[in-house]
Amino acid sequence: MRTLYKIALLVMIAIMVVSCGPKPTTQPTQPGATSVPATEPAATPVTIHVLTMDQAGLSPAEIDQIARDFEALNPEIKVVMEYVGYDYVHDKIVTGMAATPPAYDAAMIDLIWTDEFVKAGYLLDVTDQITPEMTAGIFPAAWNAITRDNKVYGLPWLMDTKYFMYNTDILQQAGFTDPPKTWEELVVQATAIKAQGLVEYPIIWSWPQQEGAVCDFTILLYGNGGTFLDANGGPAFNNEKGVQALTWMKQTLDDGLSNPSSVASNEMAVEASFLAGQAAFAVNWLFQYSDSLDAAKSQIVGKAGFAPMPVFAAGAAAGIQSASVDGSSPFGIMATTPYADQTWRFLAYLSSNDVQMQYSAKMLPVWQADFEGDNLALLEAAAPTNPVTVPAFLGQFPYANQRPTVSYYNEASMALQLALQEALTGVKTPQEALDAAAAKWVELAAQ
Amino acid sequence: MRYRKFLRKLFPFLLTLPVMFFIFFPILWLLSASFSTQVELYAVPTHWIPQHPTLRNYLDIFFPNLAASTVPRTFAVSLWNSMRIASVVTVVCIVIGSLAAYAIVRIPFKFNRAIHLGLVTTRMIPEVSLILPLFIIASGLKLINKPIVLVIVYMSFALPYAIWMMAAYFQTIPIELEEAARMDGCTRLGILFRVVMPISVPGLVSTAMFVFLVAWDEFFYALIFTSTLAAKTVPVAIAEFVGRYAVNITGMMAGGILAALPPVILAFIFQRYIISGMTAGAVKG
Amino acid sequence: MTTIATSHPKQRLSLRKQDARFAWLLLAPSILIILGVTLWPIISTFILSFFNAQTGLNQVRTFVGFGNYIEMLKDQTFWDTIGRTLYFTVVSVGLELILGLAIAQLVHSHPWGWKFLRFSLIIPWAVPTIVNGAMWRWIYSADFGALNGLLMQLGLIKHYIAWLTLPNMAMPLVILADVWHMMPFVALILQAALATLPEELDEAAAVDGANAWQRFWKIRIPLLRPAILVALIARTVDAFRVFDIVYIITNGGPASKTMTITYLTYLNTFSYGKQGMGAALSFLISFFVLIMAFVYIRVLYRPEEN
Repeated sequence: MRTLYKIALLVMIAIMVVSCGPKPTTQPTQPGATSVPATEPAATPVTIHVLTMDQAGLSPAEIDQIARDFEALNPEIKVVMEYVGYDYVHDKIVTGMAATPPAYDAAMIDLIWTDEFVKAGYLLDVTDQITPEMTAGIFPAAWNAITRDNKVYGLPWLMDTKYFMYNTDILQQAGFTDPPKTWEELVVQATAIKAQGLVEYPIIWSWPQQEGAVCDFTILLYGNGGTFLDANGGPAFNNEKGVQALTWMKQTLDDGLSNPSSVASNEMAVEASFLAGQAAFAVNWLFQYSDSLDAAKSQIVGKAGFAPMPVFAAGAAAGIQSASVDGSSPFGIMATTPYADQTWRFLAYLSSNDVQMQYSAKMLPVWQADFEGDNLALLEAAAPTNPVTVPAFLGQFPYANQRPTVSYYNEASMALQLALQEALTGVKTPQEALDAAAAKWVELAAQ
Repeated sequence: MRYRKFLRKLFPFLLTLPVMFFIFFPILWLLSASFSTQVELYAVPTHWIPQHPTLRNYLDIFFPNLAASTVPRTFAVSLWNSMRIASVVTVVCIVIGSLAAYAIVRIPFKFNRAIHLGLVTTRMIPEVSLILPLFIIASGLKLINKPIVLVIVYMSFALPYAIWMMAAYFQTIPIELEEAARMDGCTRLGILFRVVMPISVPGLVSTAMFVFLVAWDEFFYALIFTSTLAAKTVPVAIAEFVGRYAVNITGMMAGGILAALPPVILAFIFQRYIISGMTAGAVKG
Repeated sequence: MTTIATSHPKQRLSLRKQDARFAWLLLAPSILIILGVTLWPIISTFILSFFNAQTGLNQVRTFVGFGNYIEMLKDQTFWDTIGRTLYFTVVSVGLELILGLAIAQLVHSHPWGWKFLRFSLIIPWAVPTIVNGAMWRWIYSADFGALNGLLMQLGLIKHYIAWLTLPNMAMPLVILADVWHMMPFVALILQAALATLPEELDEAAAVDGANAWQRFWKIRIPLLRPAILVALIARTVDAFRVFDIVYIITNGGPASKTMTITYLTYLNTFSYGKQGMGAALSFLISFFVLIMAFVYIRVLYRPEEN
């Protein structure tokens, strides 16, 4: 027994020793450490704190490098980056802003929070700082994420939309040459795939009680010619177009074409299914494509294809060519920051054309010019995936729709998520569920 | 007769089997998954033992510079932070908590019943509600991202329970023992440390485990109050394995096993004190 | 409250004073820490609950008195959520208590390998809640989960089931994950209490002819009362306020069937920005918990008992 205790103690000591062993080389901050040999600064360095999502677009190591490069060019500014998972960014911003001075000078904002933060007075109006170069050079659609009432509150950084991806192998085996152009066609193809026993549930979605469900619903709603709000700002998603879309969703579940687990799957579970070859069609953000090429994660390496997001026949008749959802994340400056100027300089650097081109292998730039002419060739050559992802992006992003830009979006979205869930689990009919959500939206707008 | 005795011994043993299965099935599966590749984890039918086991998940954590992404690299540091914080919280809670528990249970004074009952009322508000005002205070005191702030906050969470628990154990000790010591000329404090605490060692160790795990396990405050590796704890590090754009489920499983290891090892080391505590009680009794 | 006998009345009085001072001295560090950290936040949250306070800088806070409370108490969603939370609490704590007691007794009876059993109990409890949640979410996964795998291989189901999408299965599954995680806590508390119990009472009863079952109910359980009370209160207070595990396994779904009251509070405070409402919710939660603790104490608390 004594030896067992000795071994246990040794293991404990080993874990502890190893844990405080070699520190990561790109540690964001240690008190007193400077990673760049700087010339003596003229004034005491100003330290700005920036919060961002980890593993979104660029990795923390890469963003740290950008920060170091910026510090080298601006020796009087120190940048401390903080990385958290997407689920927690909103909470950290809200808590951070409760303190004075705020915990963060700038933060990555998911575009669905922009209205909430503008209303709360969290974001600094930087319209005056926007250079004509920026206005002309950056994708017009990219500004949607951070502009309200003609006031700009930050800079675009990461643009993303949901893509329609399919398994080229399964499609071929089923005897189809082209991916579907309408959702109705999708049903036809999926039925055939299922009948031939290629996969049990050909389509997988993310319809859980989370934001992902609203994203998918946005795609289908707009693809049917519907909208979230009508001209007066009242809810329109419970009209016949919205109900049709939701009924279609439920129908695919009932027919066994959509995986029943969709009702509890977030985007990562969708990816898991698709990469395991268990789904022929999967709608997801761009990361699903690069992961599909990673042999450690994917069993369908080289078999994932892009196609324009389908629409409903009714939507096509109304002239809608494609409909997806905008999932961009710009950077915003916090209104109460004592270092607005320095923070702006850092954001401008982050989103500058040079930096964006430098990392274009990992994240597509927000500058239009990079997608034109010779630059396009350069861009496509920058990474092995770019020849596929760049055209896909150019083809899909113009059709990315916004979710409602209302300040009460979080609560409205929750109500809609609940409605979608109730309809999909059969607790209520689609009409009932959407009507209940619409009633809640009206209530929220009145507050 | 021996046959009967054998049966009497066998029956409880048979009962332990389903209990063991209940305890170990998820854990062994977690362990197995931590040695899998992601591809294998998604295999149907389930591969109970990975056909292509890999140490990659653990190597990424222990040899940070070779890891593909930063998340595994930061994990080891967070383990260390959690160890420091949880250990300090536990030791301090047991020491000052036992003093308080003894006072409530053995010393006659006006408010002890009120305090005894009132302690738990401080824990009734959900922690999520207190986080904003606490953040403002901590930020004002410039304590954000320092382990000490978590230590203090966790102590305030754990103390009420710790005092309750130790009070309960102290109560189960026969008063005669203490009176005997009193007769022998022991001071109150002496009785506490020489008579009461040695006998209640099993209870103290259980309380210590509880406090340690409260500090080890806590997520939301650790998330909000820490920003960098200087203070990040294990739950926060684990949460980073799976984000909106990244899936490193096998890494998280490996991290989970490692995160569970220190408390388990500590429990193993201190197990003997529970047993020895029992014997001490029997002898003294 | 037991005391040690003293002699002279006059001595007793000054001894009382001495005692009181000494007691306060022993209590001071704990009270300082607990109140020092939580007093102001609790008070400020309480005050906030009477205002219509939205998140944001320079937001006007209008005093609404009991408005937030009344609005909540009139809301059907609130009561549904309380009902769900009670369901979770009662079943989860009940199972933990029964299993914990049974296992504690099992360990105490020293079967073969009891030391190993006692040691293994810490393992589920040691797994951090986050990992526990993620692990069970994975086990319940519709397409790849171990639960489906196991049931399929045992021939109990014909094809994989999407467990977490079934409105009536989701909560029991979350309860299972929580029971697995926290039952060891109860078991260990009770086992430690059993270990501290004097054996003589039990032996005397055996000599008097009481069988194992009678000894268990009439002697052990009453002596375990303080420990059971502690375990019950600790688990009930925590189970009623459950948040982390629900957040990770189901995010409150499907169709809000696993939405608990603390989750609702979190949503109000952080997602919806309704801090006044969130504050009111917190106090409503505390009120419910207080009632439950009060009931327990009435039923189980016997300070004079030894």
